[in-house]
Amino acid sequence: MSFPWAREYQPTNGLMKFLDEKLPLPRLIYGAIGAGYPVPRNLSYMWNFGVLAGFCLVMQIITGVVLAMHYAPNALVAFATTEHIMRDVNWGWLMRYAHANGASFFFVVVYLHIFRGFFYSSYKAPREMIWLLGVVIFLLMMATAFMGYVLPWGQMSFWGAKVITGLFGAIPLVGEPIQVWLLGGFAPDNAALNRFFSLHFLLPFVIAGVVILHIWALHIPGSSNPTGVEIKTEADTLPFHPYYTAKDGFGLGVFLLFFLGMVFFLPNFLGHPDNYIEANPLSTPAHIVPEWYFWPFYAILRAFTIDFFFIPAKLMGVLAMFAAILVWFFLPWLDKSPVRSGHYRPLFRIFFWILVVDMAVLFWLGGAAAEEPYVMFSQLATAYYFLHFLVILPIVSSIEKPKPLPYSITESVLGSDKDTAPAAAN
Amino acid sequence: MIRLFGILTGLFFAVAVLWSFGNGAFVAATEGLGEATAEKVFYEHPEELDLPSNGVFGTFDEAQLQRGYQVYKEVCSACHSLKFVAFRDLAQLGYDEGQIKAEAASFQVPGIDPATGEATTRPGLATDYFPSPYPNTVAAAAANNNAIPPDLSLITKARHDGSAYVHSLLTGYSEPPAELTQQFPNFTTPPGLNYNRYFPNLNIAMAPPLALDGQVTYGEGNPEPTVDQMATDVAAFLTWTAEPTLVKRRQTGFAVLGFVLFATILAYFAKQQVWAAVKPKKAAKAKD
Repeated sequence: MSFPWAREYQPTNGLMKFLDEKLPLPRLIYGAIGAGYPVPRNLSYMWNFGVLAGFCLVMQIITGVVLAMHYAPNALVAFATTEHIMRDVNWGWLMRYAHANGASFFFVVVYLHIFRGFFYSSYKAPREMIWLLGVVIFLLMMATAFMGYVLPWGQMSFWGAKVITGLFGAIPLVGEPIQVWLLGGFAPDNAALNRFFSLHFLLPFVIAGVVILHIWALHIPGSSNPTGVEIKTEADTLPFHPYYTAKDGFGLGVFLLFFLGMVFFLPNFLGHPDNYIEANPLSTPAHIVPEWYFWPFYAILRAFTIDFFFIPAKLMGVLAMFAAILVWFFLPWLDKSPVRSGHYRPLFRIFFWILVVDMAVLFWLGGAAAEEPYVMFSQLATAYYFLHFLVILPIVSSIEKPKPLPYSITESVLGSDKDTAPAAAN
Repeated sequence: MIRLFGILTGLFFAVAVLWSFGNGAFVAATEGLGEATAEKVFYEHPEELDLPSNGVFGTFDEAQLQRGYQVYKEVCSACHSLKFVAFRDLAQLGYDEGQIKAEAASFQVPGIDPATGEATTRPGLATDYFPSPYPNTVAAAAANNNAIPPDLSLITKARHDGSAYVHSLLTGYSEPPAELTQQFPNFTTPPGLNYNRYFPNLNIAMAPPLALDGQVTYGEGNPEPTVDQMATDVAAFLTWTAEPTLVKRRQTGFAVLGFVLFATILAYFAKQQVWAAVKPKKAAKAKD
């Protein structure tokens, strides 16, 4: 990789030598997540979530493939086959609860991963490409999760599909033909269910592909770290294995305790009761809400209640909802502060925590009924969301006076860096 | 350049959403935050229901499930189907093979006449699922004043507060309270509907199914079949129908969590040991 001191793979036995000559797969693994990848020595537990997200993806694919063996994507029997999995398939209930809660926990760790990136400005040069690919992964995850939620063909599946595909109907002129084309009909039915199943099976593998690019791009500059100071010497780094494999192993254990606690003791807590009612096109639920991980963006979608001059309210909401995620693509160029870590950016740090609160408020309001005063709160929270990324961040990054940075990662960990620091005071 | 464009875009969205906010605030200031309705004021959340299956250590009480099944069979099944439950599942309630066969045979299920090939009915087998009381939804609607009685298999998972909702709803029938008619003179319970304070819009199509104590005759050694007792028992039964694997799930959970906890503790010590050599020594750090 890019560090001259990165250890090189040395095959130790004949089989590995043979493999290394013909297909250097062990070498690839060694360099990617083995002792051949030097990582900053000061990573905190906030750096565990990438590995956890990878674990979630693998777990979702495995449980999902098993579920697909027993599920039938047909509007007549989809709900019944889901119950068949819950009742008659050996350990089917475990597979389904693990898959449904696995989606939620995938989003939990990815949101933490993203907010880690916000705080430590992980998106800044030279890591822009990692960030851009990360946002692509997030968008793909949203599409996959949305289509997966439709498959059990409960009331929220059906009405969620109707509302979300209805968003495309807001596009001027071509909106309605696009909506009909996407659904394969005028309302969600067998055609929609079939294509959603097909795409829900496909997209996780597309995600896996982009994850490989994400990790590849990460290995060019190497991992960021809590000080935001770049690696200077070998003393600043530790090999990924065994140091971070051990740390991630412990992190994975803690994650599993939370995740399995949910699966075995509160498996329906994050779901909606209406999805245990079979889809009925003639009966609209009182409140249509998506899964919790979409709530902030759903709150933004619903915040636009009246037309803005010639732009219809619905179109405005759709534009804002997509813009709320697309704005993340521009972060590397909106935040021009030369300092990465929020620890050394006093003003930025305040606004970061306001953003966290704002996001939490949007979470709450996205799940609340579309009634006053919730709608007014969500309008204020939406306004702050856009102002934060597009106005506050660029301004703060140019007027802020950052605190002094440590000379090196080693100095921040040990208190001094005798090997490389220029003649220090002591 | 990109930042200038960004600031303009940000202001555009902020102004547009504040435009909506201003409108909403103006409406709220001039017209208030929506009127109180009878549904908002008099609807009540279900009362807590203490079932043996509640809590992480909860288990099903077979005798109670059998009583609940009896209530379902003698009362609910007249209108409500239970389509995801098979007669063979009754083994989990403590019935033996002969009893299950007899239970199945006491229901008529759709079949085909082997002589003529015409649609007919036949006594149920253990492998059959509970049959619907109506041939189709049109018949169900026609027989019930246009309200289709929902399937009960998943009802405790398909409603907030599950079993508590079922119990409260079954015991929540009354005349509309006097305060309600005073406060909302326009509120009526149309003919064919019934007032129930636990139903979201207060008027439910289902007539009170459990009206009399002793409506179902329980066998020797069981509690008195009061309306409350019958409602509790059928709520317990429907908790089981919604998730027959409930108890197994929790028992598996304890074993799995115990194992993962042990593995996590080991992983913690492994991590400590691996990192011991490169962790900064506290004493050395203090000296610097």
